[in-house]
Amino acid sequence: MITVTGASKRYGDFAALDDVSIEIPDGSLTALLGPSGSGKSTLLRVIAGLETPDSGSVVISGEDVTDIPPQRRNIGFVFQHYAAFKHMTVRDNVAFGMTIRRRPKAQIEARVDELLGIVGLAGFQKRYPSQLSGGQRQRMALARALAVEPRVLLLDEPFGALDAKVREELRAWLRRLHDEVHVTTVLVTHDQEEAMDVSDNIAVLNEGRVEQIGTPLDLYERPANDFVMSFLGPVARLRGRLVRPHDLKVTREPGADSVPATVGRVAHLGFEVRVELDAEGQEPVSAQTTREEAQRLGLRTGERVYLRTDQPPQLSLAESGALG
Amino acid sequence: MTVGTRSRLTLRTLALSYLFVLVLVPLGMILYRTFEHGLVAFWESITTPAAISAISMSLTIVAIVVPLNVCFGVVTALALARGRFPGRGIVQAIVDLPFAISPVIVGVSLLLLWGVNGWFGGLADAGFQVIFSLPGMVLATLFVTLPFVVREVEPVLHEIGDEQEQAAATLGASRWQTFWRITLPAIRWGLAYGIVLTVARALGEFGAVTVVAGGVPGQSQTLTLLVHSRYIDDQNTFGAYAAATTLMGLALVTLLLMTVLNRKREAA
Repeated sequence: MITVTGASKRYGDFAALDDVSIEIPDGSLTALLGPSGSGKSTLLRVIAGLETPDSGSVVISGEDVTDIPPQRRNIGFVFQHYAAFKHMTVRDNVAFGMTIRRRPKAQIEARVDELLGIVGLAGFQKRYPSQLSGGQRQRMALARALAVEPRVLLLDEPFGALDAKVREELRAWLRRLHDEVHVTTVLVTHDQEEAMDVSDNIAVLNEGRVEQIGTPLDLYERPANDFVMSFLGPVARLRGRLVRPHDLKVTREPGADSVPATVGRVAHLGFEVRVELDAEGQEPVSAQTTREEAQRLGLRTGERVYLRTDQPPQLSLAESGALG
Repeated sequence: MTVGTRSRLTLRTLALSYLFVLVLVPLGMILYRTFEHGLVAFWESITTPAAISAISMSLTIVAIVVPLNVCFGVVTALALARGRFPGRGIVQAIVDLPFAISPVIVGVSLLLLWGVNGWFGGLADAGFQVIFSLPGMVLATLFVTLPFVVREVEPVLHEIGDEQEQAAATLGASRWQTFWRITLPAIRWGLAYGIVLTVARALGEFGAVTVVAGGVPGQSQTLTLLVHSRYIDDQNTFGAYAAATTLMGLALVTLLLMTVLNRKREAA
């Protein structure tokens, strides 16, 4: 369990963290999700001890580590740009933490081989980081962080520097790895899809504060506020209220609560169809419908239609409370 | 911009002739003059007591100046690249000062400070001679070579960033372990290049050293000063050529090292 209580951190006038409290359960994979400047990386670095909070405390597995330097926190940290030791072989990179701890040589060898097997880099022992691809480097960095058997694994935008395809592969791979190794993991990301895909819990951060903590489903179905709602997926605004584009219904006939609109562009995206609409006296909105529905309506640019929401936006806080 | 074959050839010829006339011809003349009486005459000229003393004096200065500037240079570069402290800009400017100031001024200021009438002039009466002896020459050389290590190491530190150092810290390495195992290997080629530049400058320094050395043959004379005094004071032109060739030999070794290191540094 990682418990951060009342952590604040300012850089001049800018509040990177503003009285943040969060509990991360043992063995879980928790994502810190937010836009850049939201404080998610600062929070992770405070947990690691790479940043010192101005106030507040950090407790890892019952031990108050607030004043303990990163060297003695027994954590694993993975950086966005890998932070590979360029002058060392893959073997020496992974062995680094154990070498520092003066483990017996035979034990180090065995553990390095085991870890490289786990991360899919068996046989790469003698290569240098410059001879690896980005994805391979990041997997090496993960093996290096895991080698010291850390109490918690902290990942700072670990896939941010990789191209989309590799990113998706590594994401799935990380989830499988976590299911095998079960080390308490905190992942920083600005990509909501990544957060929803891999994590058990998501903490959404904005302007140095935690907006909401919950499971991916919780957050999507019961966002605490407009910020969480719009950050977790596409939204449209109708009559001043935020709704998901797939909750917008396009009809030919006017209804009780409907708003007249003009069809703009109709984009066929495979299974789904996105309809851009100009509603009278409102901002332009995008509605999302299925291919069948779009065919049935036979929408054309310039036609007059009516818009309504199928269900009222769910902004109930009752069931989407904080963790723990 | 594309350059035609003809103009490219013309440009090349111009550049090569420039180098030839300005660099190769004068150096070639010295080599020719040095060896025109054969190797034996050359050998005898550079093994006189004064010459041997000058060679060892030059090498001694290098041997003292290089380690001092390596320590100072690495610490300063680390402070400038990693630290955020008030007065950083001033330190940057001070490090560059030796580039800007004429070496003669350095020599004169050392005289003012350490000379008989200077602030620390009393030390000479106490038996610790600075001016007209090795300590003064070391001080002068230290001053003029001060920027090289800092200026070669600092950009490398900026380029590698501090993530590797942070990663080492999270893996349990102390600051000292991080420096030896991560930082130093990462800056090694930049540092080596800075050392080579320091050696080259220390061997060749004339202006600052000549003011504080007094040029007593066999006592406070570097190889560079020997070339000058043989030529001007002793009218011993052949001796001057021989000493100059020896100096060039040392410089050539340094230059070769520089080229090799530069390649390594760029490859790293």
